[in-house]
Amino acid sequence: MSRLRLDNRALRAYRPLRTARRNTPKGAPSSVKSAGWIVLLSLGVIASHASGFPLQATDTRNDGGGSVTLGWTPPPRPPAQWIVYRAEPGQAFAPIDTIGGELAGYTDEQSGNHAVRNGVPYRYRLVPLPVDATLLSDVSPAATPRVSWFDTGKLNVFIVITLFLGLVLYYIRQSERGKVWSFRPIAGLIAIEEAIGRSTEMGKGVLYVPGVQDIDDIQTIASMIILGKVARMTAKYETPLLVPANSPAVYTVADEVVKGAYSDVGRADAYRADNVRYITSEQFAYVAAVNGMMLRERPAANLFLGAFFAESLLLAETGHETGAIQIAGTANVHQLPFFVVACDYTLIGEEYYAASAYLSKDAKLLGSLKASDTVKIALVVTIVVASILLTLGQPGLAEFFATQ
Amino acid sequence: MKREIPLIISMASGIFVLVGFFVPHPAIRAIYDDIQQWVIIVVAFTYVLGMANLMRINVEQIQRRSKDWVYKLALVVSLLATMAVGFSEGTHYLDDGTKFSWIYNTFYSAMSATMFSLLAFFIASAAFRAFRVRTVEALLLALAAFILMLGRVPIGSVIHPYLPVAADWLMEIPQNAAKRGILMGAALGVMATGFRVILGIERTYGSEGGGG
Repeated sequence: MSRLRLDNRALRAYRPLRTARRNTPKGAPSSVKSAGWIVLLSLGVIASHASGFPLQATDTRNDGGGSVTLGWTPPPRPPAQWIVYRAEPGQAFAPIDTIGGELAGYTDEQSGNHAVRNGVPYRYRLVPLPVDATLLSDVSPAATPRVSWFDTGKLNVFIVITLFLGLVLYYIRQSERGKVWSFRPIAGLIAIEEAIGRSTEMGKGVLYVPGVQDIDDIQTIASMIILGKVARMTAKYETPLLVPANSPAVYTVADEVVKGAYSDVGRADAYRADNVRYITSEQFAYVAAVNGMMLRERPAANLFLGAFFAESLLLAETGHETGAIQIAGTANVHQLPFFVVACDYTLIGEEYYAASAYLSKDAKLLGSLKASDTVKIALVVTIVVASILLTLGQPGLAEFFATQ
Repeated sequence: MKREIPLIISMASGIFVLVGFFVPHPAIRAIYDDIQQWVIIVVAFTYVLGMANLMRINVEQIQRRSKDWVYKLALVVSLLATMAVGFSEGTHYLDDGTKFSWIYNTFYSAMSATMFSLLAFFIASAAFRAFRVRTVEALLLALAAFILMLGRVPIGSVIHPYLPVAADWLMEIPQNAAKRGILMGAALGVMATGFRVILGIERTYGSEGGGG
């Protein structure tokens, strides 16, 4: 064990224990004072040559630096608390924190006066509280915190994403060379055009509900993409398109998407700014407003495409009461049964994300669907192989694909 | 350029967020956090646009005395009154005992709970339609629902001790398998959508311009 010094600098570096301060009621400074005596006692213990249980200290992996992870096996009868001591090269140990005695690990990512600096080798020691020389830990080996440039814990995700991206690029290249793929017909997507046609024949509008999540949700982004296709169709047929938004950001994007779609098909004059509306960000107030629109304006087609929660059945049942043809699509698994029951067609999970490529028939977009199918086959094969290996006592592949 | 600039911003932001997912380096994280702050600022501005849209549409309908215009009037009056109360109470408007909290708890919470309560009736009417056995699939659905509902209530175990076990099995094996299948497909769909946007091949969210 390396010899430790007890000097004034260590005492000066010390700041009263946070835990002691935290637990000290106003007007009772005596507990902080007693904590100071405890630290003096513990500094006496730490300066001794006593050896104890092993303490591991390593740079925290896959982080932005400024962090060291400690690990130890708790003694059979752990103390009430541990005081964590830390020393830099050429300096004495100084207390940095007080933690529960039952713990078996600690991450030092102190800031301020006790900041952990990258590139500096730190050594640690645990001192029990109440002070007991028989429960002292060894001095840990030096650990140097460093900055990581790649999170190795996400290597499995990186591999799948890289494979996916490679396949997308490959199939896009194939589509540019004239390769054509056929995909199974998705009834819900075929029905979108029929529903808009039906609305046109009946002289009624189409209601498009883009879900209740904000624009940073991928389901809402996918919904905006589909909205562009739907708006092109309604613009061609001159069918009113109502888009109630539950977020101002979604309203702004939806307005631009609809305006752009009308402009693209040469019907900019048919665009009505009033038809894309911001309603409210409150879930059930939004439902009340959209249900009111359904009952007042009686659209012939209701499209519920986006992220939905408890409001899914409230919307879909009201739409069913009005007799509109209803098409829903979401990736929120728990809402799918409600839509399946109350709507005429439901896009389930991946069908919802495939909608834009499917509706546009664009070869490049269809290439991404082909890549998605190929990766799905690869994942199914991997799951089967990993399951067999796991059954045979080889967990390596299964563990590699476990996410953190 | 009107189309290219949004596409470039989308691609650059998408690539950066993707890189930020894998790289924990503080230099990347700092920019990543900055982008998140920009998003908050942009969203704050959209609230102004949203409010303007809300007021314009509803005030116009009140002026035209369109159908159910009284509801629009109630909306505008309550919106302005709530805002006025909120502003008058400053930054503590959400504290207990404020007038704003009183309005929220007395009016909004009650109305919101009422809307949510309607779900019970809608579930009943939807279940009535769903459980009409017309096909083999509908029969399977009805049987599964019957076992599950009985297995999850105390009377289920009184009828037969195996019912709760069967209900748990349905939830843990077939239900979980189907759910995971859907989630895997959806996850791949998310990645495909993301790549389409990042690579700039999905352009529906921007006008192609030119018309025609």
